[in-house]
Amino acid sequence: MINGIIEWLSDGEHWSGPDGITARLLEHLQYSFSALAVVLLIGIPIGLYIGHTGKGSVAIAGSANALRALPTFGLLLYLVIGYGDKLPTDWIYLGPSLFVLVVLGVPAVLSNTYAGVQNVDPAARDAAKGMGMTGMQVLLRVELPNALPLILSGVRSAMLQIIATATVVAYVTLGGLGRFIIDGLSQQDYFQMAGGAILVAVLAVALDLAFAVIQRYVVSRGITGRYAAPAANADVVAAESKASV
Amino acid sequence: MINYLKNNPDNVSEWFFAHVWLSVVPVVLGLIIALPIGWVASHYRWTYPPITNLAGLLYTVPSLALFIIMPSILGTKILSPINMVVALTVYSVALLVRVVADGLNSVAPDVRAAATAMGFTGLGRFLKVDLPIAVPVITAGLRVATVSNVSLVSIGALIGVPQLGSLFTTGFSRYIPGIVLLGIVLCLVLALVLDGLIILGGRLLTPWQRAVAKR
Amino acid sequence: MIKFESVVKKYPDGTVAVNGLDLVAPSGKITVFVGPSGCGKTTSLRMINRMIEPTSGTIWLDDQDTGKVSESTLRRGIGYVIQHAGLFPHRTIVDNIATVPLLLGWDKKKARARSLELMERVGLDPNFARRYPAQLSGGQQQRVGVARALAADPPVMLMDEPFSAVDPVVRGELQDEFLRLQSELGKTIIFVTHDIDEAVKLGDQVAVLKVGGTLAQLASPAELLTDPVDDFVAGFVGRDRGYRALGFESGTLDAASEQTVKFGDDSATVLRAGRDGWALAVDEARRPLGWVRSAAVPSGKQVGPELLHRGGTLASVSGSLRAALDAALSSPSGRGVLIDENGALVGTVTAAEVVQRIESHLHARRDQHDEGAVSGG
Ligand SMILES: Nc1ncnc2c1ncn2[C@@H]1O[C@H](COP(=O)(O)OP(=O)(O)OP(=O)(O)O)[C@@H](O)[C@H]1O
Ligand SMILES: [Mg+2]
Repeated sequence: MINGIIEWLSDGEHWSGPDGITARLLEHLQYSFSALAVVLLIGIPIGLYIGHTGKGSVAIAGSANALRALPTFGLLLYLVIGYGDKLPTDWIYLGPSLFVLVVLGVPAVLSNTYAGVQNVDPAARDAAKGMGMTGMQVLLRVELPNALPLILSGVRSAMLQIIATATVVAYVTLGGLGRFIIDGLSQQDYFQMAGGAILVAVLAVALDLAFAVIQRYVVSRGITGRYAAPAANADVVAAESKASV
Repeated sequence: MINYLKNNPDNVSEWFFAHVWLSVVPVVLGLIIALPIGWVASHYRWTYPPITNLAGLLYTVPSLALFIIMPSILGTKILSPINMVVALTVYSVALLVRVVADGLNSVAPDVRAAATAMGFTGLGRFLKVDLPIAVPVITAGLRVATVSNVSLVSIGALIGVPQLGSLFTTGFSRYIPGIVLLGIVLCLVLALVLDGLIILGGRLLTPWQRAVAKR
Repeated sequence: MIKFESVVKKYPDGTVAVNGLDLVAPSGKITVFVGPSGCGKTTSLRMINRMIEPTSGTIWLDDQDTGKVSESTLRRGIGYVIQHAGLFPHRTIVDNIATVPLLLGWDKKKARARSLELMERVGLDPNFARRYPAQLSGGQQQRVGVARALAADPPVMLMDEPFSAVDPVVRGELQDEFLRLQSELGKTIIFVTHDIDEAVKLGDQVAVLKVGGTLAQLASPAELLTDPVDDFVAGFVGRDRGYRALGFESGTLDAASEQTVKFGDDSATVLRAGRDGWALAVDEARRPLGWVRSAAVPSGKQVGPELLHRGGTLASVSGSLRAALDAALSSPSGRGVLIDENGALVGTVTAAEVVQRIESHLHARRDQHDEGAVSGG
């Protein structure tokens, strides 16, 4: 069985052409990253705003959990048959697909951004204000860099969820790696299905690792604790020895 | 939506209970497997990074991919629900191992030392001291695992395993939004009910927290 | 100069944190706000840079009504130091210190140079420049906090319990250095603490606040200790305030000259030099080393470190009577050792002599009071 899958994957024919693996892979990335871009545009500003002002934090906690329970696949099919005909032809399937991927990704980014800003050391925030930073400067120069680790892990999990779920858009006639799964099923070609599944898995793992590397370099070393020089404990000024007779 | 429910009550209830079963069994199995592994990760500190990293990697693999790859590992049929149970169990283990380890690590060293001083050893201390204190953290992990399982199970309809997701594919092929909506609503209801049950269970297991909350 | 004019702060929940505060903090001086927890010290301080807006009243910075300038402009001209330093964890030490200069639009190079200069000023090793706050000890972080507040050379500094999160030894060092720094810089400083000893040590004037946010007394530290206005202040200032007040009394003491011994002297020399059975050992520069019991040097043996008793404290001859008394009380011989500014021996005094001196001071003060009462009446 495994051999069959390997054979399917290593067949050069399967990689080329408009419905080859390379093309499907690119489509998959295209759907995923367009959705992720929208997720960032929505999630980060709103998360920053809520974290900075503290307004609406209760609503966020509640709705993030409810959104997690929403079945993405069902929502996609519902939107396509319920609203697809109201969209321009090119968007009948693409619109709902991107929409559900965005809905899927926003909660992780938004709630992590919010939590990241909330978790900034209140003393640092107070000092920043006290030194005369404007609200915007406090946000961009202090809160954002300190919230970055949490924001990035939110982006990372949103990205993984989107990559995984972008597979289902093939069910509504779109492309992407999910095509191999859907087509394999209807053609009773298990090797093709499993090959597609493995490709999605490898893509997810590879992007996750790449992201981990980025995360390392983007976050300030003062926050991650990976310092260049070893930390020293010795106090610079030696304690003044008490004169005594 | 209501019509379909009236005309096909047997189908719907069969799918509903299949969905319950497919969502709950993996979490239960996952917890049973994750407890000892999580304990190892918290007890032998050097095992924590490799165990949690491996779990993280497994969690990265999309669940649908896991459903499909399972038959080639287990030798099962492609439509067998076993694939989903095993795949989602792996998934739940991957999520819960870290949660259990972190929950056990959250037990204050003072409390641990005191328990040891009172003569608790090994398993006794784990069951009577560490585990109860870790309950809130583990409960939170179980909620995430269960709620996301409900949604993941429905994706199984894509490869034809019957459960509430079948309402999505049925509705889609007949082009009737109401049927799909019925599926969505039932999924949401199921997720909320299971979530509520876990919260309730967590409360019952941690009476001391309620005592504090009341004050 | 900072001037509070009937300043009131009532929080939205109804708490009155500051109630009609009138007070002037003179330029170039340290004014300490002290009082029990919750008496409104932090609130008063933070109203100066408008981190908190007063409910009513006016706070003047020289002749500028602080309510009439923009918040950021106001704050950029006021140094601000808080309890846990509040350093930015994602920025290196130089960049932390350069924050305000950069906000003010200095170019990067100048701001960096300025921050290195300040690190030296507050006693930080320049090698720390590229480190992150988490790599520094609490005391070092607090120094960075002070350097950061000083960076743009603001004439005014607000400090909210800046030294309270470090251990007593480090706190003492930080206080000493803070005083040295202030003697060079002459800033107008408001310093908040709940520690009366710190208030007395650092303040040019001390404002004691009461819970409810009213001013109980505004006075110099010496006056506060010797003449508290009411039971609250007396209780807050503490039990041995009479003794502590001696810290502010200095008076020339007639030091008795002392025959000294050196390492290597034999027992006969020690017996000759000793008075009441004790002799003082000094080094080549006549710096006191310790006391030797005359009878404890066996004949034929020489004076060495193992024979020294080092219990006594040293008092500067131009220092306070409190230090002199302490030197006498702690000395094994009963004679307190007085030294000059180079640390060399001047002579010794006994507790009785110091007390006599204190008595005459107190007489003088009482006479002054009486005269004041007569001329006033
Ligand atoms: N934001 C706020 N809302 C309501 N009440 C407040 C607020 N901030 C402070 N208070 C109250 O105002 C009073 C004065 O508080 P403040 O922080 O000025 O005290 P403090 O003298 O600095 O005390 P501590 O020594 O404990 O720091 C206290 O009773 C406090 O509970
Ligand atoms: Mg305070």
